[in-house]
Amino acid sequence: MNALVEFFRPHLLPLLYAVVIVAVLPLIAGYIVLLERKIMADMQARLGPMRVGPHGLLQPIADAVKLLIKEDIIPENADRWIFWLAPLLSVTAGMLALAAFPFGPAFQIADLNIGLLFILGISSMGIFGIVLGGWASNSHYSLLGALRSAAQLVSYETAAGMAVVGGLLLAGTLSTRRIVEMQAEQGTWFIFLAPIAFFTYLVASIAETNRAPFDLPEAESELVAGYMTEYSGFRWALYFLAEYTNMVVVASVATTLFLGGWLRPFPGTTWLNFLDYTPPLLMLLLAGYCFYRTPRQPVKVQQGFLAAVGLLCLLLAVILALPLLPLAVGGIEAQSLRPAIHGGFWFLFKVFAYMYVFMWLRFTFPRYRFDQLMKLGWHFLIPVSIVNVMGIGVALVLDREAGWPLWQALVLTTLLTLAVAAYLAVVGERKDSAAVGGAERSA
Amino acid sequence: MLDLILFYFFATLAIVSAVLVVTRRNAVHSAIFLITALLATAGIFLQLQAEFVFIVQIILYVGGIMVLFVFVIMLVNLDVTLRQMQFNRGWLVGLVLAVALGAQLAYALFLGRNVQLTGPAGGELSAQNTEQVGQVLFQNYLLPFEIASILLLVAMIGAVVMAKKRI
Repeated sequence: MNALVEFFRPHLLPLLYAVVIVAVLPLIAGYIVLLERKIMADMQARLGPMRVGPHGLLQPIADAVKLLIKEDIIPENADRWIFWLAPLLSVTAGMLALAAFPFGPAFQIADLNIGLLFILGISSMGIFGIVLGGWASNSHYSLLGALRSAAQLVSYETAAGMAVVGGLLLAGTLSTRRIVEMQAEQGTWFIFLAPIAFFTYLVASIAETNRAPFDLPEAESELVAGYMTEYSGFRWALYFLAEYTNMVVVASVATTLFLGGWLRPFPGTTWLNFLDYTPPLLMLLLAGYCFYRTPRQPVKVQQGFLAAVGLLCLLLAVILALPLLPLAVGGIEAQSLRPAIHGGFWFLFKVFAYMYVFMWLRFTFPRYRFDQLMKLGWHFLIPVSIVNVMGIGVALVLDREAGWPLWQALVLTTLLTLAVAAYLAVVGERKDSAAVGGAERSA
Repeated sequence: MLDLILFYFFATLAIVSAVLVVTRRNAVHSAIFLITALLATAGIFLQLQAEFVFIVQIILYVGGIMVLFVFVIMLVNLDVTLRQMQFNRGWLVGLVLAVALGAQLAYALFLGRNVQLTGPAGGELSAQNTEQVGQVLFQNYLLPFEIASILLLVAMIGAVVMAKKRI
């Protein structure tokens, strides 16, 4: 027993972090769904969920309870074991990948020296959940959805991988923590040094998470619900959780690699230090809004709940403001805790901003056709990302061997890559119109 | 102690799932057990502190090749093969090969019975694992690496040429 305790002692903190992430993630996923519905409602000029709790704040809880007590149906001819295993695979892969992210300088489960590769490798295993689930359901819609999903993921993983390589070249390391520290040393985020890599990753990550406009595996007008068609109740909820976990994972990859992880915007610029005051001010603003809306709620309970949410925001504001004050408790300077406390805020802020872009695109663009999707992946994104990787490599050589300033070399190669991208786009367009014209002539 | 437990866990997992790969009649089940076997092997790599090889095993074999395997298997009509008798008579050749391989392994174990293993190659190596693999691959063994790449490229182009009617 003692030996066991001794063995676990150095791992206590990572274990605690792991428990926190696994426990909190479903809740966060639920609230991301609420956020998505609210944003969708806003973009479509309506209110969205308003009934359960003030402004629908308890909707995710109600949804979760509903899903838990729903009847669990397994189709007659389904492959029971695989049907049971598949959603678990998806969720596990997504959650496992979260182990390597530094959510703040002090909040990381494991700083692996293969960090980013680990994340890419493990999260790519989530596809088995989709493919096997679709196959095990023994339904045509499910199978077609699974096949589409597999084809889409394999195609876009190449582009995403190449985009990540672009960022990694600049960082010179695979460890997620070192990547963020390198951005602190450079004084700028890698998105400014490798913008094309970032945008390639943005597009590829939307496709990888099966979201609109690339949500063909679950295109309801063609495939009912794709690979999830036969799933119901809790298993369906697991797939849903996996989808949103994957969103968090790709957003965290982008945040760590391109958006500076836990660093605040422009970490190296001292005259922008006032940006450190934004986290508590933002929370204060939220608290103020909650208090402002409290008397306007129709029911007493809802008023109380909204006031409680406001108080929570106030508390967060106080916590975020503490490291800015010249305080010292028990010999610990409060200001020395600022990276740890504000780091978490900035990381989550960026993750949510990235996911907001996801939602924004989802409600703005119509769905692609499958051949258009494949064309975009293979004929455009992959060549551009490969050229971009070579360009960044050349820029680094120019910097180290010829003594150019890094940003000059990078601007040059970025412009070259953009020229290649424009050329590819024009050629693709011409080919398309030629093919259409040819078809019309023959008809 | 823990190392030993982990090793036997991964090794048993690998062997049992490898046996299940060949004995399952359903091709999808076989594929799943092949994935488990590959993952168990990756676990053993990790235990040897070869982190880069571990993750490459997962990315390439599990995340790449196995996805394509499953993709192709799902397109095949499995019900027919499930009801058919096995008609190929390759088991004799298989048996001979298996015995030969087993004998080789047994002989290797016999030769190495007195060698004291010093454990994995130390913590200093693992800190720079990826860099070391890169250096060995791109400096010491650059030519074999490039030849292998060309070989793969040729295979890829060949597949495209054979599959496409008009290029």
